[in-house]
Amino acid sequence: MAGDALNHASMTLTEQLPILQVLVPFVAAPLIVFIGSRALAWPIAFASSVASFVIASLLLGQVINGDVISYHIGGWAPPLGIEYRVDATNAFVLLLISGISSVVLPFARASLSVELPPRKHTLFYALFTLCLTGLLGVVITGDAFNVFVFLEISSLSTYVLIAQGASRDKRALSSAYNYLIMGTIGATFFVIGIGFLYMTTGTLNMADLAVRLEGQGNNRTVQAAFAFIVVGIGLKAAIYPLHFWLPNAYTFAPSVVTAFLAATATKMAIYVLLRFMFTVFQPAFVDGGITLEVIILPFAIMAMFAASLSAIFQRDLKRMLAYSSVAQIGYMLLGITFLSETGLMATIVHLFNHGITKAALFMGVGCYVMQAGGGFYSQLSGAGKTMPWTSAAVVVAALSLVGIPGTAGFISKWLLIEAALDRGWWFVALLVVASSLLAVIYVWRLIEALYLGQPAEGATTQEVPLGMLVPLWIMAGACVYFGFDTDITLSASRSAAQGLLSGSVAVH
Amino acid sequence: MDLMTAEFILGHLNYWLFIVLMMTGLYIVIAKGNLVKKIVGLNIFQASVFMLYISVGKISGGTAPIFPLDMKIDPEVVYSNPLPHVLILTAIVVGIATTSLGLALIVRIREEFDTIEEDQIEEIEQEMALAEIARHDAQSAGQA
Repeated sequence: MAGDALNHASMTLTEQLPILQVLVPFVAAPLIVFIGSRALAWPIAFASSVASFVIASLLLGQVINGDVISYHIGGWAPPLGIEYRVDATNAFVLLLISGISSVVLPFARASLSVELPPRKHTLFYALFTLCLTGLLGVVITGDAFNVFVFLEISSLSTYVLIAQGASRDKRALSSAYNYLIMGTIGATFFVIGIGFLYMTTGTLNMADLAVRLEGQGNNRTVQAAFAFIVVGIGLKAAIYPLHFWLPNAYTFAPSVVTAFLAATATKMAIYVLLRFMFTVFQPAFVDGGITLEVIILPFAIMAMFAASLSAIFQRDLKRMLAYSSVAQIGYMLLGITFLSETGLMATIVHLFNHGITKAALFMGVGCYVMQAGGGFYSQLSGAGKTMPWTSAAVVVAALSLVGIPGTAGFISKWLLIEAALDRGWWFVALLVVASSLLAVIYVWRLIEALYLGQPAEGATTQEVPLGMLVPLWIMAGACVYFGFDTDITLSASRSAAQGLLSGSVAVH
Repeated sequence: MDLMTAEFILGHLNYWLFIVLMMTGLYIVIAKGNLVKKIVGLNIFQASVFMLYISVGKISGGTAPIFPLDMKIDPEVVYSNPLPHVLILTAIVVGIATTSLGLALIVRIREEFDTIEEDQIEEIEQEMALAEIARHDAQSAGQA
């Protein structure tokens, strides 16, 4: 009897995983505020983050072979009730987001001690956890309006997190304000798009929307909805001409926040873009229009070049990496424009690989801020000698950013070029290689400062504490690990791409 | 094309108002340099979307969607759609949170920059950036 009861309990717990994914950090955030203890804030945040990581791994294990989990909130069946829908695509993104936060949080503990006054730490962890909730919620939900609500939960906490950089540089405030304006315009555009879809179909459930939108390709309202949604999410994802909020926000936010956001927030937006393009509007709608080839493709290529060029001329490592992020988003969009399985695989794999790469690099910046006082190349001069372990990890991650064979970045660029050649766009493949050469230049400037520059007079070896070094090396190690063992990334992204291209969510 | 008849224009009155409000709001956000005015513009912009949602929930001749207590629903009665209203209730909450956060940021910006005019803030930021560059260039030259 006891065994039966236990078995029953564990079964229901497994069934509740999709809601727990969001609920655990969602409960942890107010808990941190109510307990109000600085000593307990970090352990609660970390425990909730690790718990969501475990849940995300379990979910990915269940859906990696192409299955779909549908969870009905409160027992209300979709399309009326809100549905959480887990397939290979979002389980993979959930794993990335919760994984990054679980690695970044230990780093935060030491890094914040120099970047934020102690009295703000408790609320910082509450907001961090809330931001995590929003990001996970956007990714897991199968309801279009629910996406907006979670998007705003994550965005509002993001604005505050960025503004926390004000204790080091007051420009964090104005960049947070600018991001608030841009982000709200983006989110409101997104809601307008959802409103148009609701007017046409009378439903908000994504799977139901997909069914009802079939054959509506010439409906003006649907086309307008598509435009509003792409532009709105484009603002959030910092797609090239809509990226103006990003460099300042990333530069002036505390390093931990930048490491977390650069690796997750824009990736979440790219995921929403994929979800709406392929699951809600279906590949046939996207293929029939001119959006991909006339709008997204040129902007993706412009991002790859213009943002990389800007990155080359920066004097501040943090700002350089921010521009490089804009360029990398160009690669992800490029993968979408091929509209092929390999192309989407490239997008999804790059989303993951770039996430871990940028997390490592921005954590590296955090280490330099702690020991050298900032990320300007003049401050990093000779850091290869004074901070050997940090610098080695940064170089490994930087090589992955360029896409050197043996690093994660290589795998995604390889897929991207393969997809371009499959499509017969050899010129685009050449452009990918050319823009990677620009990346070589800006990464070389970094390596030059680190290893060829002379440390300041009398500087001694000053490594950062292990609490920062270990997370940094975990991420740098992941950059190399996923460059060799591509089993997880490729199989997850393959079933994700197949699911997206077949419009699988429509199949109940 | 007899689309531009009076009937078409009047029949879509809610959409015209939505467009006018939306464009007014967006224009204020983009054109005004005062940070508080930008927030006002953002609010007008968001309010236009609330109006769009609420107005599409209205059904001609529809009454409030409240069922009688005995649940004996007369099939003749037409009810308005309450769902858009509920959605907008959520969006209003989000809008309030955004506005208050925006205003809080403006207070902090005023404390730090001593102004809430965008062009003056940009000027101060420009100076800070130039000073930073000059300092680091001098440092690099010293090291070389």
